[in-house]
Amino acid sequence: MDQSRIRNFSIIAHIDHGKSTLADRILQLTDTVADRDMREQLLDSMDLERERGITIKAQAVRVAWKGHQLNLIDTPGHVDFTYEVSRSLQACEGAVLVVDAAQGIEAQTLANAYLAIENNLEIVPVVNKIDLPSADPDGAAEEVTQLLGGDPADVVRISAKTGINVDQVLDAIVERIAAPEGDPDAPARALIFDSSYDQYRGVIAFIRVVDGSFETGAPLRAMALGTQFDAEELGFMSPSRVPVEALVAGEVGYVITGLKDVSALRVGDTLTTRRGAAAKEPLPGYKEVKPMVFAGLFPSDSDQYPELRDALERLKLNDAALFYEPETSQALGFGFRCGFLGLLHMEIVRERLEREFDLDLIVTAPNVAYRVLERSGEWREVHNPSEMPAELEEVEEPYIHASIIVPKEYVGTIMELNNERRGTFDHLEYLSPERVHLIYELPLAEVVLDYYDQLKSRTRGYASFDYDLSGFQSGKLVRVDVLVGGEPVDALSLIIHREFAYDRGRLLVEKLREEIPRQMFDVPIQAAIGSRVIARETVKARRKDVLAKCYGGDISRKRKLLEKQKKGKKRMKQVGGVEVPQEAFLAVLNLDGDKKK
Amino acid sequence: MSSVEGSARHLYVHLPFCMHRCGYCDFVTVVGRADQHGVYVDALLAELARESASLADVVDTVFVGGGTPTLTEPDALRRVLAALPPATEVTVEANPETVTPELAALLREGGVNRISLGAQTFAPRLLDVLERVAGPDDVRRAVHTLRDASFDNISLDLIYGIPGQEPSDLDNDLAEALALAPEHLSLYELEAKPGTRFTHAWGDELTRQSEAMEGYFERIVETLTGAGYRWYETANFCLSSDRAADRDLRAHHNLGYWQGRDYLGVGIGAVSTLGEERRRNGASIGRYISALRDHEVGEEPPRKLEQLDSLTKAKERLMLGLRLDEALPLGGLEQAVDGGGLERMIAGGLAVVQGEPGADGGPFLSLTKRGRFLGGGVTAEILA
Repeated sequence: MDQSRIRNFSIIAHIDHGKSTLADRILQLTDTVADRDMREQLLDSMDLERERGITIKAQAVRVAWKGHQLNLIDTPGHVDFTYEVSRSLQACEGAVLVVDAAQGIEAQTLANAYLAIENNLEIVPVVNKIDLPSADPDGAAEEVTQLLGGDPADVVRISAKTGINVDQVLDAIVERIAAPEGDPDAPARALIFDSSYDQYRGVIAFIRVVDGSFETGAPLRAMALGTQFDAEELGFMSPSRVPVEALVAGEVGYVITGLKDVSALRVGDTLTTRRGAAAKEPLPGYKEVKPMVFAGLFPSDSDQYPELRDALERLKLNDAALFYEPETSQALGFGFRCGFLGLLHMEIVRERLEREFDLDLIVTAPNVAYRVLERSGEWREVHNPSEMPAELEEVEEPYIHASIIVPKEYVGTIMELNNERRGTFDHLEYLSPERVHLIYELPLAEVVLDYYDQLKSRTRGYASFDYDLSGFQSGKLVRVDVLVGGEPVDALSLIIHREFAYDRGRLLVEKLREEIPRQMFDVPIQAAIGSRVIARETVKARRKDVLAKCYGGDISRKRKLLEKQKKGKKRMKQVGGVEVPQEAFLAVLNLDGDKKK
Repeated sequence: MSSVEGSARHLYVHLPFCMHRCGYCDFVTVVGRADQHGVYVDALLAELARESASLADVVDTVFVGGGTPTLTEPDALRRVLAALPPATEVTVEANPETVTPELAALLREGGVNRISLGAQTFAPRLLDVLERVAGPDDVRRAVHTLRDASFDNISLDLIYGIPGQEPSDLDNDLAEALALAPEHLSLYELEAKPGTRFTHAWGDELTRQSEAMEGYFERIVETLTGAGYRWYETANFCLSSDRAADRDLRAHHNLGYWQGRDYLGVGIGAVSTLGEERRRNGASIGRYISALRDHEVGEEPPRKLEQLDSLTKAKERLMLGLRLDEALPLGGLEQAVDGGGLERMIAGGLAVVQGEPGADGGPFLSLTKRGRFLGGGVTAEILA
């Protein structure tokens, strides 16, 4: 199709502001999906996505509207996937910004809107849910134009749920968003903005053709990674796969690669042809996504280790950002140290492992990636507290640029929270007389445990939060070890700012004293920095543990009881002859919640 | 399926009848049904005749338990006693309120020489919690009645850990019991067994007070050993022989269980262990009677069988043996022992092993005093 009749756009919205509903309505209005085949949130294909109301994997759907080809490129809506969002946006010329008429702008919307503006996208502002009794379409429109400029009258007011004015959104896309401007005669270049794995056909890459054209069967190359393959099939989604002979400049579609490894194709990479004139320069903006949050995943039942390994392998097929390597813990046995883009990513992986693969897991407290200066003078990245040298000379930790939007009465609360979390105030701005946008620098480590929960509970759910990584900075960090029965428990070690070490150590041993059942001997629990003990508690020994009576009729039952008890003992993790229940390993996760109650 | 013929030197006889089923009880009992006493005893005697080949030529002990055996209608009870083989120790369980001079005489004439009396507690309000019919005076009167009938081996059962029981209640119970100078005492912690009415009503309270119970058990052992009793089994005490003219007043019938010997049990719910086989009679009195009564020698009553392989036998031997104050010969039990667990228990001062492997069955394993207080956990550690 002639590029002038193509429009490529995405929809940006906060969770629950109606992105998926709007997408559904667009599919119906353009007759892409028959009404009878419509089901809610058609584009969110994973169960988990539908349940959580979020989009994890982006997809692209082609629809027809008044003689134009419109490509809707869906974006993941969460902070953990900022890079993926940025690639999806780069595949577009414009974005529909959806704002809830009752809620107004949220931090996530803002972050993605800024990202869109940085990518030179035309923004089509839309206020949704105007049919709700609590809706304030004018207020929301004001807020949006204050942020983006423009006239509130140009803000399209819709109800995606009932379909009111959705046609105006499509018209606005055609009128306001620019057509693609690639060179159809230049060497072929396409941006990979997403990929997925099909067990029969291998890796499927979703691409935006920028220059030239791609034909079915053509030999292709990914420029950054150098991966080579043939285009087994080209096509577009409508919303299921429709094969075509070629994809040309300006178009969006998919290419079936036959590759068996998703990590062979990375989001952000540029595809070109190996036949005729190949492109010399890749498209700008590719970077390797690096996991920043790490946690140990261990099967509760050590027999499930091979199943966990297989499950991670399977997940990795569709999730190039997931990282894992075998880890052995004295306390928890064999498992994996896994790296995630962020907390939500970790939560999603964990839930999928438990739900789709029926695994029972122990997940250790998450930590961030640290950079440690070795004696050799080289920097090494450390993903596990137990690998950290006990005395830390020079360590760097990742920082984030945090963006928080709250009603103005919570500004003090947010500042207090951020101070507790070693945050540095950057600046604040008023989005409207009522709502404030705060920008902070925060160590990522202070965010990974429970920051988001705290933020929500201290602002009664009104705060919204987004972040992007701003780099590494050196920190006064120490490693706190926990000793149970005199032996260090590797899975409980944590890296923490020197200033917080004492408090955290004390809370941790107190919590462990509650979680570790009384045993036949006194069990000392200590927190230590190196050889210096900073907190100590004791689980007092039991004084009595007998089976009340046992006569001729009871013997079988008592024996079975003892055998069961013995089995339980064998399953419990033994540390220095102490039975430590699995709950104890989760104790670290809940410390702050308790402290601030 | 063949059991070892003529191996059992211990006989258990179950008389299930009760006036009232106490809330905490999970024994096989039958409430009311006075008209069934006779027919049940017919069936019981038929089973005893049927199984008598399992009994050794010389029977050491007989234990008539329940239920409330002494509630059984006198003629029926007399017939049971008359059918029992002669034995050195013949025990009958009795509830205090059933003990009359007539009953005492009947038991004596029937060859009974030991009475196990269910006192439970001397605090009236706690007896109410247990739904016991007898009062504290009934217990004292029963003991005197039995002494008058020249019973010189009386055991009292006491229960501790009753919801609402204060330390002073326990002290008082122990003092009251000691004042009656019983030859033997059994002290049971109240168990909230799943599914009983009692657990339903008091389960939460029992959980709450479980920590205080640790102190109660120590208090009991201190008090009774201080009064000259031997703590010879986890829950059982007997007057030590130097205070009892060298008599060994341990419950020899129960010692049979704890020392892993064969025993024959007859009656509903009764369990037998004969060689490699354990069998448990069904709990239904109707099916029991119809299987046994209407036949000349009787059909086998409904039973569940359990085969005991050598490992299981060894485990039971260990589990039961560790309840006793006498050292357990480990010879032959090697497969049932978790070496690492045993090491840890020895290192922690909870268990002691003495002697060398030899013809005497050595080495010998015993628990220290603290080890006995923690007997359940220690056994789980030592058990393979």
